[in-house]
Amino acid sequence: MADQTFPIGGTLDLTPPRVARKTFLEWMHEWVTTVDHKRIGLLYIWFSIIFLLVGGAEALALRIQLATPDSHFLSPDTYNRLFTMHGTTMVFLMGMPFLFGFANYIVPLQIGARDMAFPRLNAFSFWLTAFGGAMLYYSFIGGSGLYGVGNAPDVTWWAYAPLTSRAFSPGHGVDYWALSLIVTGIGTLGGAINIIATVLSMRCKGMTLLRMPLFAWLMLVVSGLLLITITPLTAAQVMLTIDRYLGGHFFDTQAGGSAVVWMHFFWIFGHPEVYVLVFPAFAIANEVIPVFSRKPIFGYPAMVAASVGIAFISLGVWAHHMFTVGMTSVDNTFFVLSTELVGVPTGIKIFNWLATMWGGKIRFKVPMLFLTAFLFQFLIAGLTGIILSIAPFDWQLHNSYFVIAHFHYMLVGSIIFAIFGGFYYWYPKVTGRMMSEKLGKWHFWLMLIGFHVTFDTMHFVGLMGMPRSIYNYDASRGWAHLNMIVSLGGAVQGIAVLIFAVNLIWSYYKGKEAGNDPWDAWTLEWSTSSPPPVYNYAVEPEVRSRRPLWDLKHPEDPDWSYE
Amino acid sequence: MNREWLRASRRTGIATLSLLLFSCRAFAAGPQATPSIFAPASTPATDISHLAYFVLSVVAGIFVVVGGLITYAVIRFRDRDPNDKREPAQIYGSNQIELAWTVIPILIVVVLFLTTARMIFAIQDAPKPPSALSVTVVGHQFWWEFRYPKLGIVTANELHVPLSNHEQPRPTYLKLLSADVVHSFWVPQLAGKTDVIPNHSNLTWIDPQQPGLYVGQCAQFCGVEHAKMLLRVYVDTPEQFAAWVKNEQKPGVQDPAVAEGRRIFETEACMNCHTIRGTAATGRFGPDLTHLMSRDTIASGAVPLNRQTLRQWIEEPDSMKPGVLMPAMKLSDQQLDQLTDYLMTLK
Repeated sequence: MADQTFPIGGTLDLTPPRVARKTFLEWMHEWVTTVDHKRIGLLYIWFSIIFLLVGGAEALALRIQLATPDSHFLSPDTYNRLFTMHGTTMVFLMGMPFLFGFANYIVPLQIGARDMAFPRLNAFSFWLTAFGGAMLYYSFIGGSGLYGVGNAPDVTWWAYAPLTSRAFSPGHGVDYWALSLIVTGIGTLGGAINIIATVLSMRCKGMTLLRMPLFAWLMLVVSGLLLITITPLTAAQVMLTIDRYLGGHFFDTQAGGSAVVWMHFFWIFGHPEVYVLVFPAFAIANEVIPVFSRKPIFGYPAMVAASVGIAFISLGVWAHHMFTVGMTSVDNTFFVLSTELVGVPTGIKIFNWLATMWGGKIRFKVPMLFLTAFLFQFLIAGLTGIILSIAPFDWQLHNSYFVIAHFHYMLVGSIIFAIFGGFYYWYPKVTGRMMSEKLGKWHFWLMLIGFHVTFDTMHFVGLMGMPRSIYNYDASRGWAHLNMIVSLGGAVQGIAVLIFAVNLIWSYYKGKEAGNDPWDAWTLEWSTSSPPPVYNYAVEPEVRSRRPLWDLKHPEDPDWSYE
Repeated sequence: MNREWLRASRRTGIATLSLLLFSCRAFAAGPQATPSIFAPASTPATDISHLAYFVLSVVAGIFVVVGGLITYAVIRFRDRDPNDKREPAQIYGSNQIELAWTVIPILIVVVLFLTTARMIFAIQDAPKPPSALSVTVVGHQFWWEFRYPKLGIVTANELHVPLSNHEQPRPTYLKLLSADVVHSFWVPQLAGKTDVIPNHSNLTWIDPQQPGLYVGQCAQFCGVEHAKMLLRVYVDTPEQFAAWVKNEQKPGVQDPAVAEGRRIFETEACMNCHTIRGTAATGRFGPDLTHLMSRDTIASGAVPLNRQTLRQWIEEPDSMKPGVLMPAMKLSDQQLDQLTDYLMTLK
């Protein structure tokens, strides 16, 4: 594209890219040293997919154990390690890297930029995250110290003190856990700073903040939230490490430390973290639902306000994870109110998506199928969230399988479903080929059935008094049949995810040619070629409305005349 | 207004829930093998279940309305003719509608909040009547210690409390302490859970209205055998409770026929961790065994107690509860028999 008449034309390397196949080492070198936002985004996404499969395999092992009462499939140690690793993996190595993968790839394209604001920081953040993930998993072989092989952390992903102290957790499992979260946390901060800087300073001509696609808006909000919430987590991990090796007593209850302080530190990170994970799902919904309903998003300013509102309120609700720790009744009451208030902006979002579909012409391609299921499941997840905010009811439900069902409705039913939808939506942009609709439909329906068989049933197991984190239960408790159903649903979901993996690979080689704009969409990324060139846009685009491609396609009725 | 209102909401709630909750026996009174939170037998659990019916009715209503609208939109507004390339009317939003669906949820939140706040204060700040029994619960990895300070009783894993009723309430107030890590005390039919935290004393209460055995378990992951840190609460009639107290207050039985077993207990490491009142054994790390045979289970409710299980437990605790902190003492078969014989006399 370089033009010799361009003032700096002479400095450009105009050698055409080599047609010959690269050697493996050249190929590796390109990916390892890349600072291109699209490649880093793909690295993040590959990283997440690998850990989705690993964490999913762990979940299946747990479900085999629980399918029958008094099972001996896994030893208690192994079970405890696997559920700790499952939780940690899915939150830190699957959920957050997906966020950064999508943000990295799509935000610069959507705002008409050529890269992220800090490309090297971007690469640095990814490699830190990857290193943290590798370190966590290395604990399976190297965490043993003098205590035997296989000493992965076994303290749950919320790791309440003082179980994590050296008295109760000898060996290095907890150390690997704490250090890898510090390392991935620094990577996360780098990524968040980068997204904020990119969104605030790299938007193309004409793209005011209120003309920015909602996807980019949500990534901006989520990055701000991360800057605030990763800090207490890192602080807590540092204190824990000081306790373990430098004779500190922050959480050492035998020496006057406080177990409750850890809970506050952890959950003031942990609750906003839920929104950190779900915002990318909202972001994807905000792109896919309008395009497939053939209407602009309903109430754009309200959607922006609701996102900022949720982020703000989410910083004041953490102690609803602690209704059972014996806070005063006034404290409990405060956190009931703050938690229920989250329901208001969340409701606004659901209603706005509904209104976007209302009166549209909804095309049920695979991305929209996933996002429709997302809408239903997110509604239910929100409603069970309201149930859990009722402190006295939570005294019964806390740490029961009802809670597990609730947050898997959020993490799988909402977030993973939306991410799958996002995959089918943007895959043609990334690879230039469509994903197979046929395999996609198999993937969707199996996932939907498996999901509901598993997690709908799980609510009832919780109401019947089954607590979480147990490797074993007695047949006399009467939980066996439902647990078997839950496990069978898990297997169906496993098959669905494998179909998805096959579809990813098959479509890369055999998928239909996509062209630039297969969905007839409206945001800037669909105006460049598929896959986009390294520089994204040959000339800086200029926009006059929230849907620049609508304006191009409908010059007789452009959006900017209404905004 | 609230009692009437809760009762009314309970009726609507039951209609909804009997569809949801397959097991009808969950509504039967008294202890259940499956500790459903909808089979309450004590005031805190009953109040919570009433509140639960109300909240479930509200969210079920929201689900029906919003879910119904989504379903309608999905069916009604699907693209019926892919060849028709005309775009639908482009609607950008409406402030009136946004306002409506902001205000309605706020009203629902206000109602839920006020109901909840009232219940929090009613249960959590319930005044302790003079007739109440006080028990101190100490959570250990992976068993429960129960101390009755006014009665001079110490026991483990099987909590005995008196029956209560609305006319003459005799609630039990439980002070929750932990000797090591965080545990959580949860017997679903009697009350919601309360965490058992080291260096942080907590209080909860129950007033069971039906006699029998209520099961529960530790609800906060506390280490390798968290799953087998089970709880058994025996609700005794006044006569049963008096008889139980009388027996527990006695020192351990001294039967000369099993003196050899007692000698082993006092010379091997057993006495470092266990107490048998009236003997030299005063250890506090493990359960008090003064009246071991008055209990139905060992291993914190995981195994029924009889001669065979007791002998196996002493020989190799890990075979029943892998990861338990009690070590295998490598006793000879004869020593095992003698020790088991001795423990079997501790009624």
